[in-house]
Amino acid sequence: MFDIDLWREIFQSIKMNKTRSLLSGFTVAFAILLFAILFGIVNGLLNTFAEAFKDDAINNIVIWSGQTTKAYKGLQAGRQIQFKNADHDYILDEFGDKVEYMTSRVMLNVNASFRNEKNSYTVRAIHPDNLFIEQNSMQEGRYINQNDLVNKTKVVIIGRLVEEDLFTKTTALGKYLNLSGIQYKVVGVFTDDGGDDEERMLYIPITTAQLLYGNNDYIDMMYLTYNPEMDYDKALAFGVLMEKKLKNRFSIAPTDQRAIRVQNNAQGAKAVNQMSFGLGLMAIVIGFGTLIAGIVGISNIMIFIVKERTKEIGIRKALGASPRSIVSIILLESIIITTIAGYLGLLAGVGVLELATPVLKDYFIKDPAVSNTLVIGATITLVLAGTIAGYLPAKRASRIKPIVALRND
Amino acid sequence: MLKINNLHKSYAIGDSSLHVLKGINLDIEDGEMVAIMGSSGSGKSTLLNIIGMLDEADSGDYILDGLPIKNLTEKKAAVYRNKFLGFIFQSFNLINYKNALENVALPLYYQGFKRKERQEKAMFYLEKVGLTDWAHHLPKELSGGQNQRVAIARALAANPKLLLADEPTGALDTTISYEIMEFLQQLNDEGKTLLIVTHEEDIANMCKRIVRLRDGVIMEDTFV
Repeated sequence: MFDIDLWREIFQSIKMNKTRSLLSGFTVAFAILLFAILFGIVNGLLNTFAEAFKDDAINNIVIWSGQTTKAYKGLQAGRQIQFKNADHDYILDEFGDKVEYMTSRVMLNVNASFRNEKNSYTVRAIHPDNLFIEQNSMQEGRYINQNDLVNKTKVVIIGRLVEEDLFTKTTALGKYLNLSGIQYKVVGVFTDDGGDDEERMLYIPITTAQLLYGNNDYIDMMYLTYNPEMDYDKALAFGVLMEKKLKNRFSIAPTDQRAIRVQNNAQGAKAVNQMSFGLGLMAIVIGFGTLIAGIVGISNIMIFIVKERTKEIGIRKALGASPRSIVSIILLESIIITTIAGYLGLLAGVGVLELATPVLKDYFIKDPAVSNTLVIGATITLVLAGTIAGYLPAKRASRIKPIVALRND
Repeated sequence: MLKINNLHKSYAIGDSSLHVLKGINLDIEDGEMVAIMGSSGSGKSTLLNIIGMLDEADSGDYILDGLPIKNLTEKKAAVYRNKFLGFIFQSFNLINYKNALENVALPLYYQGFKRKERQEKAMFYLEKVGLTDWAHHLPKELSGGQNQRVAIARALAANPKLLLADEPTGALDTTISYEIMEFLQQLNDEGKTLLIVTHEEDIANMCKRIVRLRDGVIMEDTFV
C-alpha cells in the first residue's frame, strides 16, 4: 500500500524540521561510523597476526642439534650431536600417530647457472612432506616424490624467483640446471607466501644430497607438523616428550639446552590464538557498547521528538487524523532518517578506514575492513531500536485527547 | 442540529474533584450563531470541547445531527470531527512548518481527497477569506488576523455542519476582531451554524443568541 500523500507529509516534515532530523540522523550516523571504524581496526590487527603466521604451517615443530654443554654418563661436554636417517625413522616409529607431516633437511649453498645466468642460492634437500610443511604451491610441474628418494634422482624444484633470475629467455621446466658443477633437471616451479627469500629457494631429494655431498646419511635438522587434532597443551606435551626421548637416545643431560633444541609452534600458536580471542572479545564488547549508546541516543531523541510534536498531533487529531495515521507518520519519519543516516555512517566509516589504511600499517593494523553484513546488521538494529523507542511515545501521543495536546502551548 | 441533556463534567485535581459542568441543557438549531459567555472558570471552554469531541462528558446526552455522541472510539471520534466539525482556536493552531494553503488542505487530506482536488478546494476557501496572495506563506510570515483567517478557511475546508470557535478574537486587537466577527456573521448568513465561546460582551453581541454560563450552569439564554 503505497500512499504518496503520506510520504509527501513525511518528507515535508523532515525538510522543514532540519534540526530535529539532523540531530537524530547524526546520532545514528555517528554510532555506525564508530562501529565500523572499531571493527575495522580489530580486523586489521587480526589480519596482521594472520599474516605473521602465513609462511609455514602453524603446527610446526623444528628440531636442531648442536654441541653438548654438559658432561653426562661419562661423555664429555662439547660433543657434536649429528642427526642421521635413523633418527628421522625413530621419531616416526615412536610418535607416528602424533605426526602429521615430517621432513628432514640437509642445507647446501650452491652456485647455480643456466646458460649465461648465474647466481648463488641455498638448497634444501628434503623429503616430499616438505610441500605441506612449507606450504609451497606448485606453479607448474611436480614436487619431490618418493620415487626421487628411492632412486636418488638428480632433480630440482625451483622457486618462482629462481626461474625469473636464471631463465630469462625461456621456461625452466624440463631444462637442466647446473648446481656447483652437477646437472639437475628442473621438474617443478613453486610459489610461497613467505616472501622473496622463500621463493629464491631450491629443493632436491635428501637422499641425492646425502649421496653426492659426503656419501653419508647425515641430517641437519628435522621439521614436522603435529597432528592438528591435538590441542595446544597436548601438542606442547608431545614436544617435551620428544625432546626428552631424543636426549635419552643421544645420552645428553636432560638439562642440556644446546645439544638438541625443539622449537614448538604450539607455544606461539596458543598465544596468538588467545590474543585473537581477546581481540575478538574486545571488539564485541566495544561494538555492543557503541550500539547500546546509539540505541539510548536515538531512543531519547524519539521521545523528545514526540514531545515536541504533541501540539501538532493535537491539531491533526482535531482535524480528523486517526491515531494510526499519527503513529505511522512519526515512525516512518524515524525509519527514513535512521536508515539514511545509518547508510551515510557506513559510507563514512568505510571511507575513513580506506583513507587510514596506509597510516595504520605502521601500527600493525593491516587492511582494516569490516564486513557489510555486520554494519548493515548494526544499522538495522538502530533502525529497529529507533522504531521501538518511537512507537511507545507515538502511541501514547496518538491517544491523548486533542484538547490536552492543544492546551500545551 | 445539536441537543444536549443534563451534561455533567468534573476534573480530578489531586485528591478532590472539580465539578465544572453541573447539568447543562442546550438546543441549537441549524443556521444559528450562538455565543457562549462566561467568566473564566465558568465551564464555557469545557462545554465547547465536549461539543467538539475533544473531550468527553461524564454523564448526560449529547446528540449531534441526530447521532448520539457517546463512548466513541478514537477512530470514530476522528471521523466525526472531520465530517461534522470545524475548529477555530484562540491561538490559531496552524502547523508552523506548513504554508497557508497546506494548512487549509490538511482536513481534506484526512477526508481522503486527491492532492489536486485538495489544492483547488483549499485555494477556493483561501480566496473566500481574502488570502489568495498569501497562500504560500508560512504562519510566521502572516499577521495574527491573517493567521486567524487561514484557520477559518481550514475550518471551512472540510465543509462541516458546525463551526466551533474558542475565543476566536482573543489574540487580536479590536479592529481585526470586528473584521473576523463580520466575516463569521457573513458565513452565518450563508447558512453555517456557529458556536462561539467568548468573554467579551461586544463580540457576544455580534451573535444572534447568547448563552451565559456561571459556575457550570446556564444562567441566561437570550436572543439578541
